[in-house]
Amino acid sequence: MAGVTLDTVRKIYAGNVEAVKGVSLGIEDGSFCVLVGPSGCGKSTLLRMIAGLETISDGTVNIGDRVVNEVEPADRDIAMVFQNYALYPHMSVYDNMAYGLRNRGTPKDEIEKRVKEAARILAIEPFLARKPRALSGGQRQRVAMGRAIVRKPQVFLFDEPLSNLDAKLRVQMRVEIKRLQRALGVTSIYVTHDQVEAMTLSDKLVVMSGGQIEQVGTPSEVYRRPETRFVATFIGSPPMNILPGKVEGPGRVSVGGQVLNVTDMRDGLPPGSAIEVGLRPEDVQAGGSSSSTLAMNVDFVEELGATQLFHGKVAGAEFIVQASTGQIAADTRKLTLSVDPGNVHLFDPETTKRLGRV
Amino acid sequence: MEKRALFSSKILPYALLLPQLVITIIFFYLPASQAIWQSFLLEDAFGLSSEFVGFENYRHLFGQPEYYKAMVTTVVFSTSVAILSLSCALLLATQADKQLRGGEGYKTLLIWPYAVAPAIAGVLWIFMFHPTLGTLARPIKAMGIDWNPMLNGKHAMTLLVLSATWKQISYNFLFFLAGLQAIPKSVIEAAAIDGASPLRRFWTIIFPLLSPTTFFLIVVNIVYVFFDTFGIIDAVTGGGPAGQTTTLVYKVYADGRLGGDLGGSAAQSVILMIIVIALTAVQFRYIERKVQY
Repeated sequence: MAGVTLDTVRKIYAGNVEAVKGVSLGIEDGSFCVLVGPSGCGKSTLLRMIAGLETISDGTVNIGDRVVNEVEPADRDIAMVFQNYALYPHMSVYDNMAYGLRNRGTPKDEIEKRVKEAARILAIEPFLARKPRALSGGQRQRVAMGRAIVRKPQVFLFDEPLSNLDAKLRVQMRVEIKRLQRALGVTSIYVTHDQVEAMTLSDKLVVMSGGQIEQVGTPSEVYRRPETRFVATFIGSPPMNILPGKVEGPGRVSVGGQVLNVTDMRDGLPPGSAIEVGLRPEDVQAGGSSSSTLAMNVDFVEELGATQLFHGKVAGAEFIVQASTGQIAADTRKLTLSVDPGNVHLFDPETTKRLGRV
Repeated sequence: MEKRALFSSKILPYALLLPQLVITIIFFYLPASQAIWQSFLLEDAFGLSSEFVGFENYRHLFGQPEYYKAMVTTVVFSTSVAILSLSCALLLATQADKQLRGGEGYKTLLIWPYAVAPAIAGVLWIFMFHPTLGTLARPIKAMGIDWNPMLNGKHAMTLLVLSATWKQISYNFLFFLAGLQAIPKSVIEAAAIDGASPLRRFWTIIFPLLSPTTFFLIVVNIVYVFFDTFGIIDAVTGGGPAGQTTTLVYKVYADGRLGGDLGGSAAQSVILMIIVIALTAVQFRYIERKVQY
């Protein structure tokens, strides 16, 4: 087992395109780290650099206490699960899993033992003799995982492994991956653009954008205290509402003339300066006689079963409120929202950074 | 689901098929049936009368040692060309697949020889390797080899194989390159992570995945060498020296056109026709089954 350490890793493609702009990150031994971000944010490139499938333009990648910049993928002691599974189509499931072991000259009975063991864990024993094309998407995904675990590597790398599965299977496999990682205790790095996968799987969540890390933390830290407006709107569904506001004084901001109290606000912000006010759709309550309230005009309602989403406008800006079904009458046109001062997130409109207490 | 076109008139579908049918009938069924009919006839030396002789032409053909010799020549020729052109093309295609700088130009240049007519290709090679005129014949002679494709059957065959291979590499290259590009990159990467060296990756992953392409090309190449190399043979050796490079197809021409034995020549083309039909049938059956992924 080994941790992974990245030190100012850069990837510059031909034509001076910088896909990864100096990323530093420490991933503890045995932890599950998820890299999440929109497409083109450099998360896959970063993973492929750790795997050795892309050269590292600058900086160092350590696996354990070894710098692996110049080490071949085969010698990095990693295993990777690809988005399209990348199974060898002409080999049986058994041979797919045994291939890596055979290449390393593992004795035959040892190979058989390990493949059988992996097949048992992943419940693919009945398919060992089949070719990948005779398997369903979920089964192929298991074979791909089996191929990774038979090698007993130090690090698992997952490149959007669930994105080719249908929604129901995705949830099921997500749980299985988590359980498997817990059981094996192997350091895992997982790339996804799906924030639900990111939140549920990770011990350590890394939000990336534009080739840089926006925030690193536990899922609840990232959710509770987003460091930038990007993280605030990317993590959480429906996304956080961002309203244009003004600083009124210490612990007080206003949105369209309506004053809100704020717990987490940086000291010394000049009154009258512009500020962005972030409120999660699930963090505002309808009604109530709190001193901090916002008026909302409702345009339409989305029914989600257990909850309802009220879409509308607050002070001219788009706003969504999530409420348990029945809490607010569906034909409500005007809402008064009370806001808990602890649920207000403030961001600098220029730098988009959080303006919380230091 | 099967797509079905519906026509309001009954004549329209037939009318649409007509041009293709006419072409097939005029250029294939008509000459083919003529050949079959002619293969049962014996014509007199002046071409004034002919008489029905049944299988006499075939019997005569299989009694000729030259015919078996032409068969062996054809097998040697086609196997050498197929092996050589397929392996060269595969090598070039694997290199071209590696997205190198200037790769596009390299690919285009490789495709050019396919556009050269067989006879011209033959003349090109004869200019290079003619024992007295050839630019490349001198250095070969300087190495102490008594190079003379005009007199030495082995030399003549070598020259034919080289020119026929050169022309066919482009075609094979295109198919191999397309085949290589159809292999998902991640499969190769997975193999790299799985600890397979580049050579091992090629033999255990890439080559097996290319096998449908390879099989298709083997059949196409054999058919090519059987029939389309006529122009090259005629330009380079004319079947000589002493019939040592006379293949089955060239013999059809030599016996019928030059020898005036129309019946015997027709019998030979019928046999060739059967060979091609058999090859194609094998290809269709095999491709549908085993080699597909």
